[in-house]
Amino acid sequence: MRLWKELTKGIIRENPTLVILIGLCPTLAITTSISNAIGMGIAASFVLVLSNIIISLIKNLIPGKIRIPCYIVVMAALVGVVQMVMAAYFPDLNERLGIFIPLIVVNCIILGRAEAFAGKNTVLPSTADGIGMGIGLTLALFSVAFVREILSGWSLGGVPISENGIQPMAVMGMAPGAFIVLAVILSIMNITVNVKRPYESEDLVAKEKVLFAAAKPSVAKLAKKEAGPASGGGA
Amino acid sequence: MEYFKLVVAAIFVSNFILAQFLGLCPFIGVSKRTDSAIGMGVAVVFVMVLASFVTYIVYWKLLYMPFNIGVDAREYLNIVVFILVIAALVQFVEMVLQKSMPGLYRALGIYLPLITTNCAVLGVTQLNIGRFGSHSFLSGLLGSTLNGFASGIGFFMALLLMSAIRERLDEADIPLPFKGVPIAFIVACSMALAFLGFSGMV
Repeated sequence: MRLWKELTKGIIRENPTLVILIGLCPTLAITTSISNAIGMGIAASFVLVLSNIIISLIKNLIPGKIRIPCYIVVMAALVGVVQMVMAAYFPDLNERLGIFIPLIVVNCIILGRAEAFAGKNTVLPSTADGIGMGIGLTLALFSVAFVREILSGWSLGGVPISENGIQPMAVMGMAPGAFIVLAVILSIMNITVNVKRPYESEDLVAKEKVLFAAAKPSVAKLAKKEAGPASGGGA
Repeated sequence: MEYFKLVVAAIFVSNFILAQFLGLCPFIGVSKRTDSAIGMGVAVVFVMVLASFVTYIVYWKLLYMPFNIGVDAREYLNIVVFILVIAALVQFVEMVLQKSMPGLYRALGIYLPLITTNCAVLGVTQLNIGRFGSHSFLSGLLGSTLNGFASGIGFFMALLLMSAIRERLDEADIPLPFKGVPIAFIVACSMALAFLGFSGMV
């Protein structure tokens, strides 16, 4: 029962991309077609699930102070595996995703889950969490790519929708299209699902402060000092 | 002239945030106030220059050249080594700043650790290798350091513009569903449209 809960929370309620707003770079950059989005989603989910499993297994061996570098090395090794498999079996996809395959290493979702979940839980819940978050990420990528592929190419999954269709909007395949599609999807999430974005204000700083606080006492102290006057001013 | 082109291309034409989608997490996360945007921007420029310089030397002198590894097999170790180099570099910069320039450390201290997981930094090192990996050592080193600096400036500029707009947006009357992050993406969209005008310039 608990496992089921861990699995489903990543899909909508704590969707990493659309609710917590991390890992935005691939969401905007490679969602020009559905095949790209699914390929990226599967590659990132693979790294996410395996890194969650490995980190939950070795969490007691890692000294607390250097755990972030240790996590990053685990992820980098997994991404190396993904990169080689992609280059060998899916050269086309590898070419299209380009630099965003190696950049899975610094995708905040994976480090965030390692820090927030896998580093504190046992193997089974961590696996469920990884799978759920992976599905959530893939769905988010898919939804952005779905809209963008229809609007920019008048096709779905590479197949044209109709013979003599509308004139496609090329701008949707470029940078501005990515931003506006994501903005509209986020606003739809805002009105349909009652999402509470935990990091709405000064989000990244607050979030990563938590992430690094335990590892770096000096930063935690600084953060506390900074947060005092800032939050007072805001109120 | 070639280097001038490189700088213009990195700042305007292929701006890291608005054209290449690298480093979006800080772009959305740290752009609510101008002063934090300046802190983050300066820290990113600083680390990007250092990282471009050091990773190029590591790539050239330590990783592959001593072992005569062919060009085809070179990419697979890059990520593991580069991310470790960047993590160590950030830690080192932090320690140096803390001891020698406490004022600057207080201003940048919070932002430095975040940079390890900023995809713009790992991204620029990877792009440098792809672009200058086949050049001779010195010209490649100069090119990649300059590219790191210019990309950092481009990142800083986009972040600063965004934060200035978002400070104004706080007082604007925004439709309820778009409050907060969605309106920031709409702003980013119009900025990207404006930057699209630079394409084809270099």
